[in-house]
Amino acid sequence: MLIPQTPETKPIKLSVKDLAFSYGEKKVLDGLTLDMHAERVTAIIGPSGCGKSTFIKCFNRIHEVSSAVKVTGDMLIDGVDIYRGGIDVVDLRRRVGMVFQKPNPFPKSIYENVAFGPRLFGVNDRASLDILVEDALRKAALWDEVKDRLKESATGMSGGQQQRLCIARALAVNPEVLLMDEPCSALDPIATSKIEELILELKEHLTIVIVTHNMQQAARVSEYTAFFWLGKLVEMDLTERIFTTPRERMTEDYITGRFG
Amino acid sequence: MSTLPVLRTSPTAKHMDRLMRGILWIIALGFIAVLLVFVGAILKQGWPVLNLGFLTKMPETLEAGGGIKPQIFNSLYLVILSLGLSLPVGLGAGIYMAEYAGKGRVLQFFRLCIETLAATPSIVLALFGMIVFVQTMGWSFSIRSGAITLALLNVPVITRVTEVSLQSVPRELKEACYGLGATKLQTILKVALPYAATGILTGLVLTAGRAFGESAILVFTAGTNTSGQFPDFRLTVPGETLSVHLWYVTSDGTLPDAREIAAGTAAVMILVLLILNTLVRFLDRAIRRRTR
Repeated sequence: MLIPQTPETKPIKLSVKDLAFSYGEKKVLDGLTLDMHAERVTAIIGPSGCGKSTFIKCFNRIHEVSSAVKVTGDMLIDGVDIYRGGIDVVDLRRRVGMVFQKPNPFPKSIYENVAFGPRLFGVNDRASLDILVEDALRKAALWDEVKDRLKESATGMSGGQQQRLCIARALAVNPEVLLMDEPCSALDPIATSKIEELILELKEHLTIVIVTHNMQQAARVSEYTAFFWLGKLVEMDLTERIFTTPRERMTEDYITGRFG
Repeated sequence: MSTLPVLRTSPTAKHMDRLMRGILWIIALGFIAVLLVFVGAILKQGWPVLNLGFLTKMPETLEAGGGIKPQIFNSLYLVILSLGLSLPVGLGAGIYMAEYAGKGRVLQFFRLCIETLAATPSIVLALFGMIVFVQTMGWSFSIRSGAITLALLNVPVITRVTEVSLQSVPRELKEACYGLGATKLQTILKVALPYAATGILTGLVLTAGRAFGESAILVFTAGTNTSGQFPDFRLTVPGETLSVHLWYVTSDGTLPDAREIAAGTAAVMILVLLILNTLVRFLDRAIRRRTR
């Protein structure tokens, strides 16, 4: 279904085939088939309740923490089905990082927030942690702002800083994929543009999937855009094409604000 | 063209708002007044009796002028022992209910058991303790019989408090933790329990206060005598506490200064509880600053 103007050079990182998802009796996603490329940003757009967030959360299986869910179909990372028996969910979540809608730093110091992940995996010596923390904070473009107050509580930071701290925290365990669930919806325009710049830097080394309600944001940061409606994929293509010449009438109506 | 109605808060709504504020203020004031009068009366009666001798002397059985030294020790000792027994059980049960149990029938049944135990009158627990530990086990009236029966009183409260405190941990924080690749145990130990700590601590102190003031259970299990030694850490000796002493001297009537002893004992109990509750407020604030 994907016909790039210039052939895609990056390999497929995430591959979804005929995915269906339900909470108990309620079917939330149905018949999803799409691929996402490494070192690319894929934006997921669609009206509220269309299953965007649910969809990206399938990649780290975080639903399973709190509810009974049913997933059918294939969901592959590097060709390996992450729902197959024998997959270590804990290891999967280390490889697939997540940034949530509302910044959710731990009520600990800035340093301890970033060190939290490495500590989970047994890194406890100060020197190694110092290196990992600085590296993650630099990657999240936060180091210069916080290097003199690493001991201070993370909950005292601004919303935008908190969200970049959450990104640093996710990066500290060296993920391959970064899921972002409307990461800017609680932020002001300046904080939002900082996160967007960050996304463009991070995609050099990561596969990023971002859910967004903001059409301009999707246009600014992503190479590919998928439009979801009522738990189904309406269309997925190069972002440029989705925003200029979508194939489906429904996509065009949504993007131009005629519904949604 | 029709004009839209003007929307204004009605005077009645504003009056009601003010009225409600007044009523709640009066209730709060009344509550404080009752408490002040009550505590004041107890302290006023007890104050003349309170001196170093009263706190540091052994009790008399027939003459006036006895102290309450061993009762103070026994009260604190039994509270600590019973909490030591009930904390691991209550904490474990609370963690299980909040984090591990499914939402099905097993949990419902478990909760019913806990609530029934919580609602059991202490005199029933007292008789149970006497039959099982004092008589059947042959432990007689002793610190150990008292501590275990008292622990039965504590367990449901600690369980419930732990469960509720853990349920109040924001889902986002737990998700953040799981999202980094944490196991369930890591999430509970590193995120959920630290966050829930202040709630659990407050519950623990309420439990301690209740155990400290408990009399029925201890009359029937720890007895109305002291060993005559001080300090006596043995678990096999009888251990009369302050509240039991208070009840015993007033109902027994062999002491000429029973009234004074009772007043002094009551004052000491009130003071200990005041200190305990103040201490907790400080601890709570300290923990909250670190974990929220």
